Amino acid sequence: MDNITSTIQVVPLNHYILLSAIIFSIGVIGVLIRRNAIIIFMCVELMLNAVNLLLVAFSAYSGDASGQVFVFFVMALAAAEVAVGLAIIVMVYRNTSSIDINVLNRLKW
Amino acid sequence: MSLFYLVAFLSILFSLLVIFVKNPVYSVLALIATFFTFTIHYILLNAQFLAVVNFIVYMGAIMVLFLFVLMLMNLNKDTEPVKSNLLKIIGVVAGGSLLVTLIGAINAIQTSEVSKLPNSDIGLVENLGKVLFSEFLLPFELTSILLFTALVGAVLLAKKDKRTQNG
Repeated sequence: MDNITSTIQVVPLNHYILLSAIIFSIGVIGVLIRRNAIIIFMCVELMLNAVNLLLVAFSAYSGDASGQVFVFFVMALAAAEVAVGLAIIVMVYRNTSSIDINVLNRLKW
Repeated sequence: MSLFYLVAFLSILFSLLVIFVKNPVYSVLALIATFFTFTIHYILLNAQFLAVVNFIVYMGAIMVLFLFVLMLMNLNKDTEPVKSNLLKIIGVVAGGSLLVTLIGAINAIQTSEVSKLPNSDIGLVENLGKVLFSEFLLPFELTSILLFTALVGAVLLAKKDKRTQNG
C-alpha cells in the first residue's frame, strides 16, 4: 500500500479540484441537454459523485477524517434519493406512459 | 502519478459518454464505468473504506435500480425524446460557462501546493470507524431512519393506486 500512496503524493490538489469541476460541469450539461428523465437523474448522480471525490481529496490532503465520514453520509443519502426518485419516475411513466420530462409541463401551472 | 491522469482521463471520457450516447442502456453502462473510475480514485487517495462503499452502493445497488427501471420501461432508441439543436447548444454553452467560471475561481484562490499526505491512514476502516462511532454517532443512527423512510416512501410511491385502478 505504501507504493500506491506514494504515487498520489506528487499529484497536486489543484488537479483533483479541476477534475471534479469538469465532471460536475458535464453533469450540469447533461441535465440541460437531455429530456429523458432517467438520464437527467443519472447526471444528478454524476454531480453528486464529483462533489464526493472533491470532499475525499480535501479530506486526504488535509488529514481530517471528518470529510470522509461526510462522504459516507452523502452516499447513504444518495441511495435513499435514488430509491425515491426512481419510484417517482415509475409513477410518472405509469400515468403518462412516457418519461419525457416535457409531459410534466402541467406542473408549472 | 501518471496513473492518476490516466484514470482522470477515463472518468471524463465515460462521463461524456453518459450524456452524449443516444441509447439509455449504454448511458447506464457508461455510468457504471464512471463509478468504477471513481472507486479507483478513492483507492489512489487511500480512502479504502469509501472505495469499498462506493463499489458496493453505487456499482451494486444504485446501478441495479437504474437498469431495472430502464428495462421495466422497455425504452429504446426510437422512443428516446430529443431536444432541438438550439437548446442543446445553449445547454452546452451554459455548462461550459459554469466550467470556465469554476476554473477561474480555482485559479484566483491560489491554493497552497500540498504535495504530501500528512496522515495517510485516515481512510482505513479502523480509523474511520472510530470517528464514525464516536463523533458522528447521532447522524449515523439518523441515517438508518432516513433509509427506512426512503424505503417506505419508495414502496408507497411505486405502488399501484387502488382508487384509479377501480374507478
